[in-house]
Amino acid sequence: MALTTYVEAIRQAIWEEMEADQRVFILGEDVGAYGGAFKVTEGMLEHFGELRVIDTPIAEAGIVGAAIGAALMGMRPIAEMQFIDFISCAFDQITNFAAKNRYRWGAGVPIVIRGPSGGGVHGGPFHSQNPEMYFVHTPGLKVVAPATAYDAKGLLKAAIRDDDPVIYLEHKYLYRRIKEELPKEDYIVPIGRAAVRREGRDLSILTYGAMLYPSLEAADALSHERGIETEVLDLRSLLPLDKDAILDTARKTGKVLIVHEDTKTGGIAGEIAAIVNEEVFEYLDGPVLRVTAPDTPVPYSPPLEEFFLPNKDKILLAARRLAAY
Amino acid sequence: MRGGARKAGATRRSEPAAPVGPDDASLLKMLYYMKLTRALEDRIERKLYRQGKIVGGVYVGRGQEAISVGAALHIRRSGNDDVDDIVCPSHRDMAVFLMQGVTPERILAQYMGRRTGLTRGRDANMHMGDMGRRLVSFISHLADHVPVAVGCALTFRMRGTDQASFCFFGDGAASRGDWHEGVNMAAVMRLPVIFICNNNQYAYSTPVSRQMAIEKFSDRAVGYGIPGETVDGNDVLLVHDAVGRAVQRARRGEGPTLLEFVTFRMTGHSAHDDAGYVPKELLEEWSRRDPIDRLGAVMRHRGLVDDAVLRDMEKRIELEIDEAVTRAESQPWPEGAETLEGVYKE
Repeated sequence: MALTTYVEAIRQAIWEEMEADQRVFILGEDVGAYGGAFKVTEGMLEHFGELRVIDTPIAEAGIVGAAIGAALMGMRPIAEMQFIDFISCAFDQITNFAAKNRYRWGAGVPIVIRGPSGGGVHGGPFHSQNPEMYFVHTPGLKVVAPATAYDAKGLLKAAIRDDDPVIYLEHKYLYRRIKEELPKEDYIVPIGRAAVRREGRDLSILTYGAMLYPSLEAADALSHERGIETEVLDLRSLLPLDKDAILDTARKTGKVLIVHEDTKTGGIAGEIAAIVNEEVFEYLDGPVLRVTAPDTPVPYSPPLEEFFLPNKDKILLAARRLAAY
Repeated sequence: MRGGARKAGATRRSEPAAPVGPDDASLLKMLYYMKLTRALEDRIERKLYRQGKIVGGVYVGRGQEAISVGAALHIRRSGNDDVDDIVCPSHRDMAVFLMQGVTPERILAQYMGRRTGLTRGRDANMHMGDMGRRLVSFISHLADHVPVAVGCALTFRMRGTDQASFCFFGDGAASRGDWHEGVNMAAVMRLPVIFICNNNQYAYSTPVSRQMAIEKFSDRAVGYGIPGETVDGNDVLLVHDAVGRAVQRARRGEGPTLLEFVTFRMTGHSAHDDAGYVPKELLEEWSRRDPIDRLGAVMRHRGLVDDAVLRDMEKRIELEIDEAVTRAESQPWPEGAETLEGVYKE
């Protein structure tokens, strides 16, 4: 059977939703004739035409604002940020217009804002960011970050069909490194549900996006070296968080390690630690630990970026410390 | 004229109006809505706010009513979403809300933070919308609604209709980046948007000369490759004419138009602001150009109104507002726990 890459899964989701629903369209920079900087929209201009695959000026606030307007008119726009780093240019449209619209006067804004996030490809400070927490802190938005090709497709379809604004973070490191066989039939991955990627009884690692893979490697190493069985929970959605899944695994193992590529201060790990502390404190056998990027911009040079990014060894170090409690 | 607002004399008149002006019924309608807006805003700013019955910000458009009214008369509204235009009003465009069918009572309920206001108490003043009335809510972040208006027009293009998107903003908003991104995108895509600038010459305390280095705001149109025009914003007939031509262009698929309506903010920025920074002589000068007086004079000259008719209209409006205030004050407050509702689709 043919394997589908993560990036192809994203392309398929857009393609199939555009086929199925005339209201769905895509706009962004170089999404048309060029097919997108990462070729996510390749072939779409030819197939769907220039009314539904729209090349825009370099104007992220304009792109998101236009998407909001179209959504208010009943459309289902997908706004592409060429790199998710540029989403900051549209911050106001997202956090003040899109996020608050339904709450303020009842008009929902069903838009998807998607783009390549994350490091590991020597993109430097402006092509490597993980901007999720700006948006997780904004009621009215949803934020998802798939780690697998299956989820990339299913979460994007769910996002497009969602009636509220969704920030969809696709990890560019995974675009062509991850592949799997996908179902032929239509499916979605519901927003707000985490997935247990590895069962375990001794320790829990909570993670998302590209950090799923070093987390799984670390879990295997722990099992191999000390017989410690680690449960790995892939959060998949950051807003809303799957609190039930988080609390279930915390109760089960009593030891929680949170891993993310985002920087430490104000990262989702702090929020999860607080939730665990508030709700299942009596189940804990050790402190809730974090493995994250340090509080710096994402550096370019390979030794610097390697230092910056969490990896299997850093996760192992923290996991051994936690396991010792 | 750097460092100060422009004199009334510097206002440029548009080219002579097209020969076909609004009919008598439309003139009466314009006069009524200008007067209703003036009276309702006066009641809000000068009475209800001072009585503490309105606790939030109050931003009125006194002296600028001709722009909203002259433009809004062109908004197509039939009840069919594939036919009707869309409107993104700004915070001094109460007349647009009234003309799109939002009652004074609901406007007052909104101002008073009642559950029956268009935002159920979540937001204040003109920060409200109603998709059923084709009104998109403004937000405090000026010009954010400009690309949104463009996105509405983009949808009309995709659907192949001849609908138009009306986008109102002030001279201050036009300094923001979102404004430029929106206007440029509309221009590049030749979308049916009417950009309506209420140049009331002050953004809070900042005169327009510190907002832009050009004498005539509509000159910006050249930079975007679209038509632009500067019009006396206190002459509702000229406003009506200019917007009418822009709407026709939009419906014909000829793209957006940038219209500058020069007027003057006859109040402070908001009800708490005494506008001491505005030279008195400017206010006096512009008070002689009051848009309601001017339309009244035209209609009197044409024999459409006389003292008795005007007095009757004013009485009717006062009564309407009295009743609306009474009804709005009896509207329920939202319950505290309603705070939690409606962040997402439920």
